[in-house]
Amino acid sequence: MYPRPFEYVRAGSVEEALDLKSKTGGRFIAGGHSLLPMMKIRVTSPETLVDIGRLDDLRGISANGGFTIGALTTHSMVASEGGNGFPAALKEAAGMIGDPQVRNRGTVGGNVAHADPASDLPTVFAALGATMTATSKGGTRDIGAADFFTGLFESALNDDELLTAIEVGSEGGGRGSAYAKLFNPASRYAVAGACAVVDLDGDGTCTSCTVAVGGLTPKATVLGSLASAVVGSRITEATAEAAGQAARAEVGDDVMGDVYAGVEYRRDMLGVFVARALTAAASRAV
Amino acid sequence: MEVSLTVNGRAVTSDVEPRTLLVHFIREHLRLTGTHVGCETGYCGACTVHVDGKAVKSCTMFAVQADGADILTIEGVANDDVLHPVQEGFWERHGLQCGFCTPGMIMSSIALLEANRTPTETEIRHGIEGNLCRCTGYHNIVRSVQYAAAVMRGEEPPPPDWET
Repeated sequence: MYPRPFEYVRAGSVEEALDLKSKTGGRFIAGGHSLLPMMKIRVTSPETLVDIGRLDDLRGISANGGFTIGALTTHSMVASEGGNGFPAALKEAAGMIGDPQVRNRGTVGGNVAHADPASDLPTVFAALGATMTATSKGGTRDIGAADFFTGLFESALNDDELLTAIEVGSEGGGRGSAYAKLFNPASRYAVAGACAVVDLDGDGTCTSCTVAVGGLTPKATVLGSLASAVVGSRITEATAEAAGQAARAEVGDDVMGDVYAGVEYRRDMLGVFVARALTAAASRAV
Repeated sequence: MEVSLTVNGRAVTSDVEPRTLLVHFIREHLRLTGTHVGCETGYCGACTVHVDGKAVKSCTMFAVQADGADILTIEGVANDDVLHPVQEGFWERHGLQCGFCTPGMIMSSIALLEANRTPTETEIRHGIEGNLCRCTGYHNIVRSVQYAAAVMRGEEPPPPDWET
């Protein structure tokens, strides 16, 4: 399976990447693990690829109160991140993407910019309230995760922008997070995925709760109705199950089915995985 | 477009179309056909090679992206006539039937053992989850990797299932 022919140029800096993009009208490629498979089946056929894979300044995770994740950081780097307070859900989700080979090449920025609804990281970044940094020739622009994912394979990035970093807060001090998903056994993409972030007080009572879901919805979506099912109580099996029910109700008909997993099945599974994510997040909130 | 890289310790330079996948470059330009093309979708892992020490699927990378990289394929893992411990493990514990997935399985298993010499059975199964085998049911592959892990630790490998 060969993609259509294309021109290939390699950028040596972010500035050069932006220049090459505007001159050629091409597409950025980093690890290529979202774009290249789509080019092989000719769903997309860019005339030019601007390779940003050598922009080493964009690779790595730095701690600064929270954490800044460079766009070229690979999933395997995130999965093995040992930083104190690094969000557990993010580490966990990165380790569940694809398989070891995919995690070695696939990048966080590429994954997020691709905005695949079945992908894991958009769900996690939505729940964590991450901030995406988009760089253009005019400077940088911060986009909240809730505004970043605008639809099926669509993000708020403009044509003249490159996603360069993602910022997340740190965990601990009563906050915990977890990601749980039912995955397609061949592709490992999420059939239904849920990320929970909870704050517990000294008694174990939940003081705040954010749950985002993906896999079955057209984009990563924060569910607003769950907080009322959970905040003010301890997270027990019963509260987790009630949250799962609330999740099922809130996604309602906004669910995509496919030949492997129909709408009802996905919605049912969402309840299960919301409950699992909540329970795991609570157990980590110390 | 010209690419220069190192494959199994040998420097190679070649002129490729940008759309040439790394696996086709390896097989058709370099004639190293031990790296297999299975599914071409990125699922099966038969095309697994090491790029700068990391296992990757060479069907999901363009050769031009590998310009300057150090590539290790199945042809480069034995030391002349001495098999790599993982190859020896697949031989000793019958880790293959048709053999099509074997080069990729071995490359993934080597990457796993380079990072972890004492993997649990679960860690082995996760370590090779990017490689599909349609013959063995994975049982003997896991035993082969356990054999290799023991050899690489300098220990006596566990006895084969059929002797216990």
